[in-house]
Amino acid sequence: MLSIKNLHASVEGKEILKGINLEIKAGEVHAIMGPNGSGKSTLSQVLAGNEAFEVTDGEVLLNGENLLEQETEERAREGIFLAFQYPVEIPGVSNLQFLRTAVNAMRKHRGEEEMNAAEFMKLAKEVSKQVDLDPAFLKRGVNEGFSGGEKKRNEIMQALLLQPQLAILDETDSGLDIDALKVVSDGVNALRSDDRAILMVTHYQRLLNHIVPDHVHVLAGGRIIKSGGRELALELEERGYGWLGIKDADEATPAS
Amino acid sequence: MANTDKQVNELIKREYEHGFVTEIEADTFEPGLNEDVIRRLSAIKNEPEFMLEWRLKAYRRWLEMDEPDWAHVDFPKVDYNAISYYSAPKKKEDMPQSLDDVDPELLKTYEKLGIPLHERERLAGVAVDAVFDSVSVATTFKEPLEKAGVIFCPISEAVQKYPELVQKYLGSVVPAGDNYFAALNSAVFSDGSFVYIPKGVRCPLELSTYFRINAANTGQFERTLIVADDDSYVSYLEGCTAPMRDENQLHAAVVELVVLDNAQIKYSTVQNWYPGDENGKGGIYNFVTKRAACIGNNSKVSWTQVETGSAITWKYPSCVLRGDNSVGEFYSVALTHNFQQADTGTKMIHMGKNTSSTIISKGISAGRSSNAYRGLVKFGPTAEGARNFTQCDSLLIGDRCAAHTFPYIESKNKSAIVEHEATTSKVSDEQMFLCRQRGIDPEQAVSMIVNGFCKEVFKELPMEFAVEAGKLLEVSLEGSVG
Repeated sequence: MLSIKNLHASVEGKEILKGINLEIKAGEVHAIMGPNGSGKSTLSQVLAGNEAFEVTDGEVLLNGENLLEQETEERAREGIFLAFQYPVEIPGVSNLQFLRTAVNAMRKHRGEEEMNAAEFMKLAKEVSKQVDLDPAFLKRGVNEGFSGGEKKRNEIMQALLLQPQLAILDETDSGLDIDALKVVSDGVNALRSDDRAILMVTHYQRLLNHIVPDHVHVLAGGRIIKSGGRELALELEERGYGWLGIKDADEATPAS
Repeated sequence: MANTDKQVNELIKREYEHGFVTEIEADTFEPGLNEDVIRRLSAIKNEPEFMLEWRLKAYRRWLEMDEPDWAHVDFPKVDYNAISYYSAPKKKEDMPQSLDDVDPELLKTYEKLGIPLHERERLAGVAVDAVFDSVSVATTFKEPLEKAGVIFCPISEAVQKYPELVQKYLGSVVPAGDNYFAALNSAVFSDGSFVYIPKGVRCPLELSTYFRINAANTGQFERTLIVADDDSYVSYLEGCTAPMRDENQLHAAVVELVVLDNAQIKYSTVQNWYPGDENGKGGIYNFVTKRAACIGNNSKVSWTQVETGSAITWKYPSCVLRGDNSVGEFYSVALTHNFQQADTGTKMIHMGKNTSSTIISKGISAGRSSNAYRGLVKFGPTAEGARNFTQCDSLLIGDRCAAHTFPYIESKNKSAIVEHEATTSKVSDEQMFLCRQRGIDPEQAVSMIVNGFCKEVFKELPMEFAVEAGKLLEVSLEGSVG
């Protein structure tokens, strides 16, 4: 489904990704782990099309199509979804309006009829329950005054509504207490299906106890230096990153 | 910001849609202003003596006054002798007796503006008084209003038919010598609307006026006077457009609202005068004095305005809260782009006991525009227990525009309570990226963000106007469920 070849990207002239190679097939769950500053978030942002990052080399194909040529919104409509690490607030725009606009943009792209307010309300209420969000959240401004955990649940709710082909979860576990982690994980597990892939970016192993990955990759210094199965994550938890010859995280440059 | 800028520039570069000129035969005065011009104007209108005297007095005051320069706007001096002070569509016969008698070209103009009078009459049930250049062309829906005892007619007609009402209230809120532009307006106003709501009447329709400047080199000086007698209510809507012209055109209107005991006036404006082109050429100078006098106890006035047009806007709809427990509200959205300049806000003058006022101002600046909020909240010695809440928010789009806030507070009463909140924010790259990552077009994203920013004001507009305002900012309204 997604094929990344020799991907190089920089931000403000500084190269962060230095040749990423990764193949993701439909139905698979991949976890990318690595110390701070290894380029994990950059990879998520580049795939989603954040124009703050410049792709300097390599290619990314989504179902054989050149992803890098597409605008951010086109990629989204083709099924790329990014759950943000720090979701931004949009004051005054209700979550409901925002979500309906997004869902209808996708439907329009697929040639389906747009959902009216009443239909959408019903759907959104159901999905909000799935991630344990009070439907009252739908009427509040996008991420406005949400707690960290509420923002993350809101992101997963969006994934459930938009039903992407490839869901990229950027540090979705950060800032979650154990109960919220469970709720978010249940949401992600509900997304798992044979025709969908999930790419999880995480610093810690604990998320992977709830969402069991098929493949684990270690990203360091802008390259994938080791890949394996779930056992790799467990080994990382036990031994840290040092045994892989990775420098101390504090010395690395933080990625965006 | 580079990417957001690009998208926003695309969005705001939309051409002015109402920039057509209507080919119509018109009687137009030679440019220039002197007492003779005022006498001719008054004679054409067949005005009673008191009106002419009033005009001449205002003119003489005006001659002694200086153009104000305190506003945060910058423009070349206006040559008041290069302006024609009267332009009327030539009538094929005498006065139009009904809409059928109105020049079809004119009606077409209104259709282009999206106000098909016929349809409005039937579908919307809105009574429209349309002012084209200097005269009122047709006032629809007169009958049901007459039945309710509501007077809604061109002010020139009111001068003839209801001289005692006009004489009593005209200039009672905005005296002829109030300010430079009000004095000019008092001297040369050619038409406008007059509304009188009798005691105890809730006006059965929303009243509406559309203004349009068509002829070149003419100024538009309309005058609106609304009187809400005891226990009455009226909602009044006002819309404005003008053709695209390279030269600047002057619009100096005066609006006076008189609110008696327990009465309420809701006054909504969507102002979309031609703002000038991308390089700042042309556009309307919009120098307007709007003021409401809450004379009666428990009276209430709400000003709601959406200002997207004009090269320069200089406008402060105000409330004089004289009656005890009277309430003044001001809700404003002012959008400027390209080289537009806006200096707008309100004045809340608290005199009565327990009077309260609310000010919600939303300024949006894009391009190289400058957008200033200027507001005065004043508590007189008699304003026991009065209070004000003010919220001024500015939204910047791009990095070449400016937003300013000039709040003035004067209190002569220790029991008065004032709250003031102000914020400045930007449409950020992060917000744009979030929207686009969810598949939303950049244009739609900007609209949605701006619309969200204006929400508190839009919800104060009558539905019909909210739609127009939404369209003006290129946004779609939220669904009814939400």
